[in-house]
Amino acid sequence: MFRKLGIAAFVLACVGFAGFWFFTLPNGLNPDQIAALPKGDAAAGETVFWAGGCASCHAAKGATGDAKLVLSGGVELKTPFGTFHAPNISPDAKHGIGGWSLGQFTNAMKRGVSPKGEHYYPAFPYTSYARMTDKDVSDLFAYLKQLPADSTVSKTHELGFPFNVRRGLGLWKKLYLDPKPVILVDVDNEQLERGRYLVEGATHCGACHTPRNLIGGPDLTQWLAGGPAAEGTGSVPNITSHASGLGSWSAGDIAESLKTGFTPEFDSFGSSMADVQLNMAQLSDEDRAAIAAYLKFIPAVKSVGSK
Amino acid sequence: MAKKLNTVIVASLAAGMTLISATAIASGDVAQERQTLMGNVGAATGVGAKMVKGEVEFDAVAAQLVLRTMNTAGLAFGYMFPEGSETGAKTEAAPAIWSDRAGFDAAVNKFTADTSAKVTDLDSFKAAFGAATANCGACHKAYRVKN
Repeated sequence: MFRKLGIAAFVLACVGFAGFWFFTLPNGLNPDQIAALPKGDAAAGETVFWAGGCASCHAAKGATGDAKLVLSGGVELKTPFGTFHAPNISPDAKHGIGGWSLGQFTNAMKRGVSPKGEHYYPAFPYTSYARMTDKDVSDLFAYLKQLPADSTVSKTHELGFPFNVRRGLGLWKKLYLDPKPVILVDVDNEQLERGRYLVEGATHCGACHTPRNLIGGPDLTQWLAGGPAAEGTGSVPNITSHASGLGSWSAGDIAESLKTGFTPEFDSFGSSMADVQLNMAQLSDEDRAAIAAYLKFIPAVKSVGSK
Repeated sequence: MAKKLNTVIVASLAAGMTLISATAIASGDVAQERQTLMGNVGAATGVGAKMVKGEVEFDAVAAQLVLRTMNTAGLAFGYMFPEGSETGAKTEAAPAIWSDRAGFDAAVNKFTADTSAKVTDLDSFKAAFGAATANCGACHKAYRVKN
């Protein structure tokens, strides 16, 4: 009897393990999809680079001016799961992404899968980047390729169990990696659709401004409604049109603040938003207006514990 | 007896008031005051920004006052983040101010230096105002918590 139970338990464990193995398989693009990727244009990729905010994590800590174009890695993100170290993504062949193919880069950006076939942690906001077009990703890759190479060795993330088991991220991705739009907009409204594309995709505003649950998944019912910071300390503002958010700001106020770094009351952005604003300042007036239009369009949500 | 009681009341009131004012200085007022001072800088920035954008007419005296208001605040900030004022008045002051005092002092000194320019015409004001306001985000990035 006990022997039979033992065998049953063993079989169950094997099935469980096989299931885990199967459901957590990194899922990259297939060869046909890779062959169909469009050719990148480095000049067009610069806008994608600033929209994506790559330099804010991947340039050395405290880098300003041209030093922001040296993507040697170095910024640390302190989270409840542990400390993430942004890696070197400069075109260095050995320590950066110099040896990568476009297919590998697209897998990283849109599937969260490394060239070695491992899952990336979602501290790298691929859940947002998954909504980018293949063309924008190709353009960005072409732009990154012509930036200065740097041979800094990337640091290993410092995470405790079970978060240090990368394979487990396969399950997390089943729950939270979905390239579908968060908010449905009328795609014929070009400005609104452009704003949706930027905010939900490249600019990954939701990575900080949408609260996360206990396993780091975004709470989409609180989309962009702010809350306790998932990284560092303090809280992140609500940027929906709720009274506890940007209710009193016009679309023009939002676009202007992204350009200048000042609120309508001439307070200035602080903390990580100070860097983000400098990235947003590199976009066109039209793109900033599109972002503002989208933020005024989405549901006004009261943030949990808002003032 | 009545007189003695009065003395006791007066003495305890006095002691109580001393206690109240000491508490106020240590735990909240300075945080409140620096927020008011920051608000003044914001008001000055608003006037300066409108002038630079041509929304209000340039006036050299008013433009100089914008920079002086910022400069005065910069001079005060060096004294307005004492030990013991890490909390209070819902402060957004980052712990880094106290853990990295040298860096914070350098940032404040840079702000004070960048706001001490003399305004002669609109172009000189544009240059000075641009340099001065570049300090806002740079300093808030390092020394202000998310809010």
